[in-house]
Amino acid sequence: MLDPINLIAEWLRGLLAGWGLAPGLINFIMTLLGVLLIAIFVLVVDIFLVWVERKVVARFQDRLGPNRLGPFGLIQPFADVIKLLIKEDITPDGADRVVYNIAPILALATVLVLWAVIPFSPTMLGSDLNVGILFFVAAGAIGTLGILMAGWASNNKYALLGAFRTVAQVVSYEVPMVITLLVPVILARSMSIGDIVKGQSLWYIVLAPVAAFIFLTSAIAELGRAPFDLIEAESEIVAGFHIEYTGMKFGLFYAGELLHALTMGALFSSFFLGGWRGPGVDAFPLLGVFWLFVKAFFLYWVIMWVKYSLPRIRIDHMLNFNWKFLTPLALVAMMVTAVMDKVLAQASQIIYAAGMLAANIVIIWVTLYILRSYAHAERQRVAEPKPVATPELGKASRN
Amino acid sequence: MVTSIQILFILVAIITLGCALMVVTARNLVHSALWLVAALFGVAIVFAILEAGFLAVVQVVIYIGAIAVLIIFAIMLTRRIAQDSGPRFNENWGWAVVIALVLFAALGWMLASQPVAHAPLAPMDARADPLRSLGLALVSINGYVLPFELASVLLLAALIGSIVVAWEMK
Repeated sequence: MLDPINLIAEWLRGLLAGWGLAPGLINFIMTLLGVLLIAIFVLVVDIFLVWVERKVVARFQDRLGPNRLGPFGLIQPFADVIKLLIKEDITPDGADRVVYNIAPILALATVLVLWAVIPFSPTMLGSDLNVGILFFVAAGAIGTLGILMAGWASNNKYALLGAFRTVAQVVSYEVPMVITLLVPVILARSMSIGDIVKGQSLWYIVLAPVAAFIFLTSAIAELGRAPFDLIEAESEIVAGFHIEYTGMKFGLFYAGELLHALTMGALFSSFFLGGWRGPGVDAFPLLGVFWLFVKAFFLYWVIMWVKYSLPRIRIDHMLNFNWKFLTPLALVAMMVTAVMDKVLAQASQIIYAAGMLAANIVIIWVTLYILRSYAHAERQRVAEPKPVATPELGKASRN
Repeated sequence: MVTSIQILFILVAIITLGCALMVVTARNLVHSALWLVAALFGVAIVFAILEAGFLAVVQVVIYIGAIAVLIIFAIMLTRRIAQDSGPRFNENWGWAVVIALVLFAALGWMLASQPVAHAPLAPMDARADPLRSLGLALVSINGYVLPFELASVLLLAALIGSIVVAWEMK
């Protein structure tokens, strides 16, 4: 197996041991180098994401996108970054300085730490936590704190209102997301994301399409992207919680949002699309990184496709959709998966896969049936004539 | 000889206690809530030092992600938050410090006199899976299935209660 990154790591470890450093210090230095490597790689990809976003949205809207700076507009993100850096660094009057400055850092940092638990290849994983999925939930929880800090520290009651709505949306959509994350845990028998990818000889999207759909929808709502982008819509409370942020602080929020979208894409592909699995990974583990990013960018494109095709949802529709549709559906999917897992525990892999797929299709069919009958009843109710003042009523009272 | 784990624990403990002190002495109530978040994070780090990874992450999710956010919401939704509404300490703060220090010294002396306090951290058996043991213990008849189910019923009652409280009475 050709594994250049691990070979370099072993060589470096040998070099440091040769210099006579203590093993604890060597571990510390190697971990620090690993952290720096992942963070730099992910942040460089983040700059590239700005270009991807603008080009793809342009193509969806039947135009070209940035094409003046560099070939195909590839220098455009660097121009954007330079513009953000040389803007005036404003702190609003009466704003809480320390909290105001920490909030964007927290927003970007909670996205970066997620890359510690995403397996890049069979041999490359930042930290193989045995509670990787809970770590993902915890990072999301700290992210909501960053949003509240940003909204409050701006000394702007509209920013505060926007922050409340954003946190309400994010916290609400965490519930179906966490419940559906139990489905890959049941299928893989482990909460570690590395084990989940290792257990996907058959991609979990075949075994649990309902869970995949719910996870994708909740992830799009967690990101705050359309159609759930009420929080940053211009016709709403202008930019929501980051209305008072300019320059590089806004750049951190913006880049953090794009990076969060890519991270959700990488997580979705790890949970449901097999992560680093692909042809040729057994011989060259480094290909795993390539396959992971192909799938992550495909999911990012799907998220953008949804964003630029659907209109915005109103806040009460959005919360109803979560609490009255997604959460019961997620609970049903998880219970059915757990029951089918016990029933089919002794079966061969093909019977297991067929049974799970059949159970999911039954869930989808029953859900569509319930939705259709509910919509039918709703249309009947709206279509019936409402009582209004008519001459016949006047005649009845005269008798 | 002081091991690196001891240095790490002392550092984390000092930071956590400092944040906890700032919770009660900060002038601004929202700052106080944010110091509380930092103190809870310090507790999560202590769990991680003790190799209880699940508890560390659950501490972050529940305490910081739910309870601290709830506290911050409650603070931000009250009016006149930016004004100092009175002195932070009353005149007995000296006695309070003395009693706290005496209690700390007494507890510390009592714990240090136990022989187990001087034992190094025993490495966990590599085959032991605390997460699996916790899961099995919560559903086994000889374990904690009854408190588990009762806690679930309590949470259900809380959920229904909150919906009833927020229901619009027509």
